[in-house]
Amino acid sequence: MGKQTALYDAHRAAGAKLVDFGGWDMPLHYGSQIAEHHVVRREAGVFDVSHMRVVDITGFEAATALRYVLANDIAKLGAPGRALYSCMLRPDGGILDDLIVYYRGAESYRLVVNAVTADKDVAWLKEQVATAGYEVGITSRTDLGMLAVQGPAARDRVAAVLGKNDLLALRPFSSCDVDGLFVARTGYTGEDGFEIMLSRDEAPRLWAALLAAQVVPCGLGARDTLRLEAGMNLYGADMDETITPLECGLSWTVAIGERDFVGRGALQRQGARGLERKQVGLILGDRGVLRGGQRVITPAGEGLVTSGTFSPTMQRAIGLARVPVATAQNCDVEIRGKLKLAHCVAPPFVRNGRIQVALPDV
Amino acid sequence: MSEIPEDLRFTPQHEWVRENDDGTVDVGITDHAQTALGDLVFVELPEADAEFSQGDACAVVESVKAASDVYAPLSGAVIASNEGLTDAPERVNEDPYGAGWIFKLRPANPLELEDLLNADAYQQLLAEADE
Repeated sequence: MGKQTALYDAHRAAGAKLVDFGGWDMPLHYGSQIAEHHVVRREAGVFDVSHMRVVDITGFEAATALRYVLANDIAKLGAPGRALYSCMLRPDGGILDDLIVYYRGAESYRLVVNAVTADKDVAWLKEQVATAGYEVGITSRTDLGMLAVQGPAARDRVAAVLGKNDLLALRPFSSCDVDGLFVARTGYTGEDGFEIMLSRDEAPRLWAALLAAQVVPCGLGARDTLRLEAGMNLYGADMDETITPLECGLSWTVAIGERDFVGRGALQRQGARGLERKQVGLILGDRGVLRGGQRVITPAGEGLVTSGTFSPTMQRAIGLARVPVATAQNCDVEIRGKLKLAHCVAPPFVRNGRIQVALPDV
Repeated sequence: MSEIPEDLRFTPQHEWVRENDDGTVDVGITDHAQTALGDLVFVELPEADAEFSQGDACAVVESVKAASDVYAPLSGAVIASNEGLTDAPERVNEDPYGAGWIFKLRPANPLELEDLLNADAYQQLLAEADE
């Protein structure tokens, strides 16, 4: 038996197939992963993502400390209420985790980090801050739960359920506090929507109200196919401590700038040396399914599929792969001993319900 | 509780076998198997005339989650595959014992049928796996 979120009983009541995810018992699906995927592309679904860790960073040196430990620069955030995606790096540039940082107010920031890496992240943060001598409070908010409501109808339904129409004015990558809830217009599906953090005790009531408002419960299975269609990396699959942001499609999240941050020197040296590997999106030009771990063969050398699936929206197999930097339009992927043609594309594959890339005939 | 038709035979790897009057058998995966796999998105069918020994991997069913081999429940030659699954793999989920059949085999050794489980024994196997 793993750790349970506040919604464990609700998941069982909704017929969830529960699986272990980073030590948590989490819903994989509630019957059909594909149906849940389509509901998020077309209407609105809700995911329990309470296994993710909320970490509050406070104190007069909070901003200084975050500018030092994160590869993206929170100085870009400008006004409170804005959010930023960033990697947290080792000194050698390897990715410890990817996260979202929310600027809540003077001397107050909130991080949301991955479940599997949460303990490691918090220990790392404390160590870095102590070594640098910053005065910062680092608080794991394990008292909170988190729901992601995603899909074209998601914001309307959340606003109706909460009776808060002003939420509809919240801009993308922004957040606000409403009656004890922290609501952010962020997500991991390529659709519009909100992520809502609230006390564990309140989570079942909001969950039930959303379901009553025709928001469909969706499991981590659909979350994975949605994020992959959206071209978003999964920590532990598409990136880890041996990969730098420059090698996995996340150069845009690195603010090299002038400030010092952990990993900066390594990234500068890697950039000066020239990259050997890069990330591409793949669409299989044949029947079959791309899976993480499959070998990629190109004239410039071999690569690896880091995530793969069958895209319910595109009806094609898609994936993310790490390949030699000279890889051009096409490559072969080895699937059960046979080589199959795949087309290299720039993710995302799907955004806001629309396919963004050309589909090969299969 | 998954459906287990009385007139079929089963393997511990969750294939089912239907004996036809002409001595051939139809093969598919059980209701339990399709539920465990989740939504199927691809079926790799065996080629016509391919010959397999009992227990050989001869087809692949892939769900959104993972790929799983389908094993030959009996030795024999493939005489037909369910080509309809190429465009509609979800038939295995919707109707595992009917429209979701995977291939048809001419058994080389009908005595091997005795190795297979009847409905009660398969039911028992599922119950034990559940404990």
